[in-house]
Amino acid sequence: MDGINAKYVSKKISKTRWRPVSSSSLQQPDIFATGSWDNEDNSISIWSIGENGVSSMDDEFEGDPQLLCEYKHNGDVLDLQFLDQDRIVTASSTGAVTIFRHHHNSQTLSVSQLWERAHHYPCNNAPCTGVVCNSPEIVTVGEDGRIMLFRADQEGVLRTIEMADSSAIHAVTFLRTTEILTVNSIGQLKLWDFRQPGNEPSQILSLTGDRVPLHCVDRHPNQQHIVATGGQDGMLCIWDVRQGNMPISLMEAHTSEMWEVHFHPSNPGHLFSCSEDGSLLHWETSSNTDTPSLQGNRIKLLIISRSAIAPAGGNQSLINAWLTGDSSKGHLETTHMLPSQMLSVNSLDVLGQCLVCGTDGEAIYVNRYVPI
Amino acid sequence: MEEVDVEPTTTPIPGFDSNQKHLGFVWGPGDILVYETIYKASGGSAGGCPFVHEVRKDEDIYSPILRKLFNESHHIFVGLQRIREDLPSKNKKPQFVSISKNYRSVIRACMEELQQVAGIPSLSTLKGFISMMSHLSLWCKQNFNIFCTLFVVCDPLAGSLVLHLLDWVRLHKADVDEKAREVLASESPAEHQAYWDVVISYVLQGRMDEARQVLVKQAALQPAARVMFKLLDNLLMKMPIFNPGETQTLTEFDVKWRHWREEVDHCLQDQSFASNRHLEDICKILVGDEDVLLEYKELLSTWYHFLVTRLLFSHPTVKPTELHYYAQSSMHMFLDTRSVPEPLDSILLAAFEFDIHQVIKDCSIALNNWWFVGHLTDLLDHCKLLQSHNLHFGSNLREFLLLEYASGLFTHHSLWQLAVDYFDHCPEFGRVYLELQIERVPLDTERKALKVIRICEQRQMTEQVRSICKIMAKKALRNNRLGSALSWSIRAKDAAFATLISERFLQDYCAKGTFSDLDLIDNLGPAMLLSDRLTFLGKYREFHRLYGEKRFSDAAKLLLSLMTAKIAPHSFWMTLLTDALPLLEQKEVIFSADQTHELMFCLEELTSGKSVPTPDRPMQVLGYTPPYPLSNVCFPFNLLIHCFIICSNLYSCLARG
Repeated sequence: MDGINAKYVSKKISKTRWRPVSSSSLQQPDIFATGSWDNEDNSISIWSIGENGVSSMDDEFEGDPQLLCEYKHNGDVLDLQFLDQDRIVTASSTGAVTIFRHHHNSQTLSVSQLWERAHHYPCNNAPCTGVVCNSPEIVTVGEDGRIMLFRADQEGVLRTIEMADSSAIHAVTFLRTTEILTVNSIGQLKLWDFRQPGNEPSQILSLTGDRVPLHCVDRHPNQQHIVATGGQDGMLCIWDVRQGNMPISLMEAHTSEMWEVHFHPSNPGHLFSCSEDGSLLHWETSSNTDTPSLQGNRIKLLIISRSAIAPAGGNQSLINAWLTGDSSKGHLETTHMLPSQMLSVNSLDVLGQCLVCGTDGEAIYVNRYVPI
Repeated sequence: MEEVDVEPTTTPIPGFDSNQKHLGFVWGPGDILVYETIYKASGGSAGGCPFVHEVRKDEDIYSPILRKLFNESHHIFVGLQRIREDLPSKNKKPQFVSISKNYRSVIRACMEELQQVAGIPSLSTLKGFISMMSHLSLWCKQNFNIFCTLFVVCDPLAGSLVLHLLDWVRLHKADVDEKAREVLASESPAEHQAYWDVVISYVLQGRMDEARQVLVKQAALQPAARVMFKLLDNLLMKMPIFNPGETQTLTEFDVKWRHWREEVDHCLQDQSFASNRHLEDICKILVGDEDVLLEYKELLSTWYHFLVTRLLFSHPTVKPTELHYYAQSSMHMFLDTRSVPEPLDSILLAAFEFDIHQVIKDCSIALNNWWFVGHLTDLLDHCKLLQSHNLHFGSNLREFLLLEYASGLFTHHSLWQLAVDYFDHCPEFGRVYLELQIERVPLDTERKALKVIRICEQRQMTEQVRSICKIMAKKALRNNRLGSALSWSIRAKDAAFATLISERFLQDYCAKGTFSDLDLIDNLGPAMLLSDRLTFLGKYREFHRLYGEKRFSDAAKLLLSLMTAKIAPHSFWMTLLTDALPLLEQKEVIFSADQTHELMFCLEELTSGKSVPTPDRPMQVLGYTPPYPLSNVCFPFNLLIHCFIICSNLYSCLARG
């Protein structure tokens, strides 16, 4: 547990996100944003773990997050994404979608764009549950079962898919520039192609028989057909969207809802998940079977519906480690990343060697030395 | 009627004159609502006041800094509960001590932050007020330390008691370090006006090394008095401090200490320090001269600091049982005879007397929330220091206080999650409290609802799960989200509500001719069996799918079984029979002779009923255009057509043989 910094912030944290660093530089991220929920006054906050703004040279305080600025947010922050270096998009429980601008010079935040009631019922507001950005495009989903497509700097709505889902949509991710994937509260994954007209998904995947709500989804950073999902039962599922209706592998992970799952953006052999049960897991596929790692537990693979099939083109080295989820050879290791802790870990983000997560215990944990 | 311990406090309601108007009130879980009643003392009716006032008992809970304290102490609390009962008490003690240390460090962090906030001059008055407010409770939070020390650590070695007390006093008077830094940083420290204050404060706290370091500055300035400074330095250095870690016995220490004391006495009688008032005072302090100590009241600031200093220099081997005697006399000596001791003073005094119940009682009265007494009582209870003290209401004292604290947390819009664990560890009434409170958490989003449901499911509170799901289902229904509503009622296993929603689906189908929310209905799976109507909805939709896929014979079989197995509601039979028409009219024979007979039978049963509903949906649903304008024909004729078509089907069946 070395290198973990905890900071109590007097707000339940619903989302944490690193500010992206330019891909050319090798530097580690030092700024992150958090959103709060279930408070009388919710807010989004920008934190720094770097040197700027911190005068103390004490070793003790190194990496202790310092608050840079804060801005009031109407409603719970249900999702939060960086659009670019200085713009942040939030999804609110009031159904609003807001773009905040972070002014680096003055360390202030301001609202630069607001779509009020982006998600709504005939009379009431509907919570907007998820947002994903592919600058300048922004896609949001909500409990009203709508998918909305916005473009930053444009006031109107680019596209609305009404009745995209009969129940609440919980999360969304981009597969390609025109394709998105949503997960809903009855355990389905739906693929949508914005090039096609109409309100029908191009594909629906689900675990037959089970109707376990899914809460999070993330796409493999290099191989766009591989996605990871997590749901109410805490299981981690890896899917290949090209291949039929079943997940490639299903792994027992957490004992309660899995709230977020993330592939490591530059080292996708690593995956991170967090849960209502208060745990944060680091998953690692090790290609090297000769040196079994000593720490961590072997994970129980429940089903392997089909062994990996080499992708078309047949380059063996491209076979993804997640698709060959072979437990017998000890390919998968998991490590708990937080000290035992009881309250839900709602969100995590990982970039470079840095990981940040936020909990219902009103604490933010930062780990700057994730073994990647 | 029982006597009250203290007079109740009066809370004035702004803009309300109690002489002329009457107040009504309603208890809430943590606060009360106060309103003006229409009833008037002198008759007549006046316009009522439009305001409802919310009176809160506990403001601390809203302070952002104290929220950290609540969160961190929650963590420690749960850790304490997990210490296993069956461990031998020998192994448990160090764990308890470390728990109490954890509490202390959390308190210390919180205190430091409060002091920081209070120290910023540009603070808004509101914040200043809050920190003032929390000061009172802060006082006791500081003293958590001393209670822990006295009750939990409670070392049988008498000598170490004074050390613990010194630790506590140092925490209280931490400002001396600040002052010392300021003095030492100035151009000529020895001439700084606070110089002697710093030296003497260090001596009073028994921090001899620090005192000597500061003294060196003065010695360097007065070469003439070097001998004198050297002598005092020597005395300070040689002062024996009991160290429980070493093998030294108490008697050995006592001998050493007496020896040193004689040496100091000797110096005083020699008048060695007569030329320097400050040095002489220090020397007098070293022999525990009470008059001199009292001259430095300002530096001691509190009677308990006076007590500890007095013990340090006069009775370093005091036993815990003797403590209260010195405490009482110290308090009387320190406070003016006229001034009445404050309630907080008497709490401390009770603590020194090891009267745990008195401490808890006094704290409950003096403090505005239950954080302090709750956690203290819990800790003491785990250490088996609290005799089981059954109250004539509720359970025991620990549980009563924890319940009060947790209920307070539950009224907070955000801290309610913490309260759950406290309720869990109240064996007698915790669950009932939780059951009552959890249903009342406002649910704005599904995510919050899921969190609440998870809390209930982990505790097998099925009734509450059902009720929360039902709330969510109702909400979805109100927003016209049938799919969502159905999902929630399936989760709640609420058959009645599922039936209601299925009805709505069927009505919508009849009105529009298409099904909505196909992604849900097509994937019901075993959940379909929850209610008959839901089963019918799922099966009927399956029939449509089969028909769409042109699997006519399967479709026909399913359709018939819906009626013969009485799954379909009677009101829907006419629609089903109409759905059979296009199947009957197909070129190939789909219904067998037996099936056609059954179809006839169904038709007969329908016509024999008194009120036969009309099919009220458009006929083109299955891509079937009836040869007759069905909507225009009267109903019996409609049935006749059915009859005719079925008969012709039967005929063709028989003809093929």
